[in-house]
Amino acid sequence: MKNRFEKLLITSALLIGGFIVSIPFIWMILSSFKSEREARTMPPTFWPQEFTFEHYINLFQNLNFGTYFTNTLIIVLFAMLGLLFNTMAGYGFAKFQFKGKEAVFIAVLATMMIPAQVSMIPVYLLLNQMGLTNTMSGIILPGLIAAFNIFLIRQFMTTIPNDLIESARIDGAKEFRIFFQIIIPLSKPVLAVQAILTFVGAWNSFLWPLIVANDQALYTLSVGLALLQGQHSSSFALQMAGATVMVIPVLILFIFVQRYIVEGFNTTGIK
Amino acid sequence: MNHKNALTPWLFIGPAVLLLIMFSLLPILVSLLISFTDIDLIGLGNWDMIEFVAFENFIALFQDPLFHRSIFNTLVYVSIGVPLVIVCSLSVALMLNYMSNKLFSFFRVLFYVPSITNIVAIAVVWGFLYNMDVGLFNFILNSLGLQNVPWLEHPFMAKISLIILAVWKGIGINMLIYLAALQSIPRSFYEAADIDGANKLQKLRYITIPSLSYATFFVTVTTLIGWLQFFEEPFVMTGGGPLDGTMSMALFIYERGFQYNEFGYAAAASLILFIFIIVATLIQFTFNKSKEN
Repeated sequence: MKNRFEKLLITSALLIGGFIVSIPFIWMILSSFKSEREARTMPPTFWPQEFTFEHYINLFQNLNFGTYFTNTLIIVLFAMLGLLFNTMAGYGFAKFQFKGKEAVFIAVLATMMIPAQVSMIPVYLLLNQMGLTNTMSGIILPGLIAAFNIFLIRQFMTTIPNDLIESARIDGAKEFRIFFQIIIPLSKPVLAVQAILTFVGAWNSFLWPLIVANDQALYTLSVGLALLQGQHSSSFALQMAGATVMVIPVLILFIFVQRYIVEGFNTTGIK
Repeated sequence: MNHKNALTPWLFIGPAVLLLIMFSLLPILVSLLISFTDIDLIGLGNWDMIEFVAFENFIALFQDPLFHRSIFNTLVYVSIGVPLVIVCSLSVALMLNYMSNKLFSFFRVLFYVPSITNIVAIAVVWGFLYNMDVGLFNFILNSLGLQNVPWLEHPFMAKISLIILAVWKGIGINMLIYLAALQSIPRSFYEAADIDGANKLQKLRYITIPSLSYATFFVTVTTLIGWLQFFEEPFVMTGGGPLDGTMSMALFIYERGFQYNEFGYAAAASLILFIFIIVATLIQFTFNKSKEN
């Protein structure tokens, strides 16, 4: 008896909590299909009286969201190159013995402690010195490497047996062939999680594009959305459409891959 | 045969290490250097115009009322937000851990989703929800017969509103860490407690919570570091207002650096933030050590 009551209690608590947590999403999507006037009426309507796509059309036709979208995709693409560098470094630290390895690895880990606010001013000045401010390279380069990811990948790769690598070497395989044909396939569980999180991180990246890009042609979706909110501060339905464009792709991706993330937390060693 | 080229490991770690030196380690040195200068937009164009000012930036910061304000606000964010995130994510994790079926996996996804959604989009949506006149929250309060709340219009309330939003976003990732930790507690602990006749509350108090101490430590440190850098929420939603009531240290640094182009001054402020972060982390580590002993 007591058990059933408990079950009911916990389920309903989660149900209420879950509903509260999802209110912002529900409201965002519904409002994005309302007319500007309807979005501002009090009392508000729940379901849009007249479904309209005008805000989405407006975003892409007049407000440059197509450009922002492309820029965001470019950043995502290069973030995957960054993931490759992180993976290579993880492998280097996991499976090679070389002089100064400990010191270099500690230096890599130490960079985790540096907050973005500390590096943003000097990085901007450095990029300026290299002539990279207001360029795509300037937006991409500072965020390419993440020490925490190197650490997690390294942790996973230390569990790969050395014999496997040695015997491939004896068979005459080149180092990079070993890396791409043996190490990467074996590291799928950790790399899947990393790829998803890298995608999400790049898709959501805000600070570097905000600082480095002056030109609207280089804006990403998040910077463009912040600009939109500033310029159309009372057009709520339009803002909600912009937010929906940002959120929905990640949401859809996440629904497909969420299992890997949840399981990944058990395999990547945070316990 | 087995001879390995000494260069090989460097080929693998090289790209990452070079980029980290360029964009993480070198910047710290640059930051240290320029915090003792008066570099601004003119100095950036012509290095001859940069002057060494010793500790002037730091002295000015200690006298800058807006900087004081930003430190105070950041401490408010941290001292309310961090405990709230920990309590909320732990309770959600405990409830989710109660059963495993389709419905509960769905809930797990639901609570996680806010933490992967874009912070700007979230801030835009919540700005609408918080709107004084046409926002959903005030409408709900009104229908319950309550007064309008000036969510973003009152300096203290605005801080609370930003905290609510950031807690909502912060639950997901920490909940997952707690769930992983909960699932790694050996079942035999609870079986032994059952034999001793322990009730549910005792099991929670004497087995579950102590077993989670490492997860709690990890969550506390990462959340603390994150909240000390509170930036996007006030940047998008309030711009630091009203009456600088939501100005955080990170936003102060950003505004000084990129709106007023006072790079030297902003770099000095960022180093103070860095010291805050290091001190907070060290306190956590010593606290954790003494608890283990």
